[in-house]
Amino acid sequence: MILKLMELTKIDGISGDEQDVRDYILSHVKENSLQYVIDSMGNLIVKCNSSGQSQLKVMLAAHMDEVGMMIKDITEDGKLKFITAGGMDSRILPGQHVRVGTDKIPGVIAQKSIHLQDKDERESVVKLKNLYIDIGAKDKSDASSLVSLGDYAAFSSDPVLFGENRLKAKALDDRAGCVILLELLQRVWPFELYACFTVQEEVGLRGARVAANRVMPDIGVVIEGTTCADVPGVKEHEQSTLLGKGPALSFADRTSIGDRELLKHFEKTAQEEKIPYQWKQTATGGNDAGRIQTSGAGVKVITVSVPCRYIHSPVSVLDIKDLENMRDLVEKALEKLPQMV
Amino acid sequence: MISLIKELTSVYGPSSREEMIREIIEKRISGKVDEIYTDTLGNLVAVKKGKGKSKRIMLAAHMDEIGLVATYIDEKGFIRYSNIGGVSSFFSLGQKVRFQNGITGCVFYEEKLEEFKDLKHNRMYIDIGTKSREETEKLVTAGDIAVFVGDAVEQNGKFISKALDDRIGCAILIELIECLDKVQNEVIFVFTVQEEVGIRGAGTAAYGLMPDIAVAIDVTDTGDTPECKPLSIDLGKGPTVMIKDGYTISHPKVKDALIKCAEEKSIPYQLEVLSRGGNDAGAIHKTAGGIPTGGVSIPCRYMHSPCEMVDKNDVENAVKLLKAFVTASF
Amino acid sequence: MDTEKLITQLCDINALTGNEDKASEKLLSFFEPFCDKAWVDPFFNVIGYKKGDSKEPKKVMITAHYDQIGMLVAGYEKNGFLSVSNLGGIDTKALLASCVTIHGKEDILGVIGAKPPHLLSKEETKKNLKITELFIDTGLSDDMIKEKVAIGAPVSILSPTVQMENGCLSGRNLDNRCGVAALVLILEQLQSMKHDNDIYVIATVQEETSALGAMTTAYSLEPDVAVVIDVTHGDMPDAEKSKCFPLGKGVPVGIGPAYNRRETENLLKTAKKERIPTSLSVEAGDPGTECWAIQISRLGVATVELSIPLRYMHTGVELIQISDVEMAANLAAKYSAGEIGELATPGGIL
Repeated sequence: MILKLMELTKIDGISGDEQDVRDYILSHVKENSLQYVIDSMGNLIVKCNSSGQSQLKVMLAAHMDEVGMMIKDITEDGKLKFITAGGMDSRILPGQHVRVGTDKIPGVIAQKSIHLQDKDERESVVKLKNLYIDIGAKDKSDASSLVSLGDYAAFSSDPVLFGENRLKAKALDDRAGCVILLELLQRVWPFELYACFTVQEEVGLRGARVAANRVMPDIGVVIEGTTCADVPGVKEHEQSTLLGKGPALSFADRTSIGDRELLKHFEKTAQEEKIPYQWKQTATGGNDAGRIQTSGAGVKVITVSVPCRYIHSPVSVLDIKDLENMRDLVEKALEKLPQMV
Repeated sequence: MISLIKELTSVYGPSSREEMIREIIEKRISGKVDEIYTDTLGNLVAVKKGKGKSKRIMLAAHMDEIGLVATYIDEKGFIRYSNIGGVSSFFSLGQKVRFQNGITGCVFYEEKLEEFKDLKHNRMYIDIGTKSREETEKLVTAGDIAVFVGDAVEQNGKFISKALDDRIGCAILIELIECLDKVQNEVIFVFTVQEEVGIRGAGTAAYGLMPDIAVAIDVTDTGDTPECKPLSIDLGKGPTVMIKDGYTISHPKVKDALIKCAEEKSIPYQLEVLSRGGNDAGAIHKTAGGIPTGGVSIPCRYMHSPCEMVDKNDVENAVKLLKAFVTASF
Repeated sequence: MDTEKLITQLCDINALTGNEDKASEKLLSFFEPFCDKAWVDPFFNVIGYKKGDSKEPKKVMITAHYDQIGMLVAGYEKNGFLSVSNLGGIDTKALLASCVTIHGKEDILGVIGAKPPHLLSKEETKKNLKITELFIDTGLSDDMIKEKVAIGAPVSILSPTVQMENGCLSGRNLDNRCGVAALVLILEQLQSMKHDNDIYVIATVQEETSALGAMTTAYSLEPDVAVVIDVTHGDMPDAEKSKCFPLGKGVPVGIGPAYNRRETENLLKTAKKERIPTSLSVEAGDPGTECWAIQISRLGVATVELSIPLRYMHTGVELIQISDVEMAANLAAKYSAGEIGELATPGGIL
């Protein structure tokens, strides 16, 4: 599973540009000879094999897109001006390596050298409009022969295993979720399970609603990466989740309040199966669950997440054991769902 | 009416935990409607069937109230929290709150805070009087939600209480169920969930019902307190008919019909033009292919505080107005 | 068709957001001569339908919103003055010392005056007025104004449409009546074109507030493709260059997550074939147009967007070049009449 996750994070798939990620996932779906639909937005909806024991319809969702940048303008001297796609702290941008467009042209994000910055500039936060990507082009026409307006620029960040069971990579939010869906869609389930790889979550939770409209599930289970701020300088009550303490259950965030019965069921499953778990200690953030819950005539939803330090940056970090425990928890909780309902 | 309001406002029911208030409402209205059920997200739907070839009119009032959700319990047993719905940190300071199991807490702030304008929920906490994390966790765990304490009082023709938003709307629907005889139109009373956290119940309820017309019944702001922002709505001058709020522009058909009913029956009313804030109408009117929607609101001072205040006559006139409305032909 | 006259006539109509009911029939009269069927729906969207030749036609919806921003009467002040609330994103900086029309029981002229400079302090001249600080002088007595105008009455900016140099036009409501003008030109053009697709041309409501018109029509009609025509920022010297488009130099076409990639490429291919110059408008998220709402309707709609560059948006002196409207209309018509392939993979499993 970890190798697949590393492969998935290597692929670039910013909101609106998810096709390469989808192609990778699709090749695995086809290996399992499963039925699927790709809709006009690009969501990939896979119907898993069912034993027909229960008529329950469950939607398992993870989003394929990651945060990144789009080229908005090419200056006369060949530099690329860009805008961000998805929520990012712009302070992480200066000094990053990126790759632009389908040809993956290497570039760097920069502003002028520190030696040439005056005191105010050195001390103040960089403004997005003062940043640019340099690909080494001579001038506008040189740059325009290599990249175009609207090209997507992704962080160049290779996945690396380090420390004790830690993985550093870009896009762990939410390739971690995608890889868990890939594991689970291989099985036969006692009810109708739809594994939905959604698009455009990072720019407004958009694909999930459309996918939910198609599936019309009874229950929605969203597998995500979530904030983990257990680092120096952050007060304990704002850390949200702790790395290595297991998958996190969310009682509430800005877009949904989890269904109580589903939350109790997942917690009970974790306790019975002796799987480590934790509760997310803040009510911040939002994800596809919010849109699934309010689709149609209403859907009961739950979000289960793997803690990711430095989320939405090229160096997000997760604990392998957390990921494995999340897979086990979701698998066992889903197995026991028909009894709960 | 005060006993109904006292009962409704005192029941625990923050967004997503509406079971207790739903049960109380259901007890009050069973036997008085033709059909009653709870949908997937917990909306309570009660139908009074119509006499003839009629329109289906949905009336919505939300059951949920705002609250504070416990997020983290520190080693000394103090509870950190986040808001459920629009909760002002200033209105919360120094208030008593109560959890579902009856445990009372005091809301206070980190005294080291230098500037009061920086008072935010993440610099505040709830104290239930325990000495340690273990002791607290026997009574309150992360995920539990507390509501404000603010018992209902009737005084000078006004009702003062927490959660008049929108238990007063629920009271209006209950009164209407009791006094309405069978009419041509089918009237669907929906007590919705999770309005305060983003109008999450009403849209799904509307989708399941697909009514012809809808009216949301909620509270609205007033412009009649010292040095307040200008607004042409006063306590006691009548329920408001919504022209627009922050999320919805009333459908002219519904707005005009409400005004016509008020004029014909000489019911005092006011017109509501808000630039911010919204209610269930915001989700209902956008459902599916659109539902012509309007709003009737009760002017309310000090919204989202434990001492909300409404005028008794406004409430009674709202019942009269809605009765006339659902009796009209469309 | 005389495009300038068409745009001017459309700009003269008052259809404030949420108050389009009184204008819908007038809009309908512009569509009717060119459609197989035309009607006003329950939310006052104006829809014109042209049947396609195919036995299994794809459905193309072309939209341009016809609502305009303005104000609503919020309260009565002493001496016949009115206070207002905004309807859509009106720029209060461009309202001082201007005229408005208050649409009460009858249309009434109002003046938004400004404090005389002699009485202004230095601090006051440095601050902009909020909408709650603006007042409309109606010149009427307290009793008269209450009789003629109710709370909630719509108020529109009063500003003439004026011909400028180089085929430019300036006035109010060009956002988005120039888009609606494009719809009429499209309908006229389609009369003499063969098209396989069923085409719905829609003047939508409430784009300036909630995109209600776009949502309800997309849901009801279930189109395969939606072409949205709206205005975008024209070149202004004090605005960031990358966010603006020069007048008369080409049709800005949207790219980014809000738009279907394949159909946008087809739109650009059509432009190249028809020698219509285009430029790219890059949006990484919500472009602030109806595309955002339409794209996620039901099972998803393939959206594309064409824009008309417009300077000084949301003031009474918006400025466009007429040729931009004609180019946008031409491109939209040619694209909508063209071939549209399968948008979801075959073998629906649900």
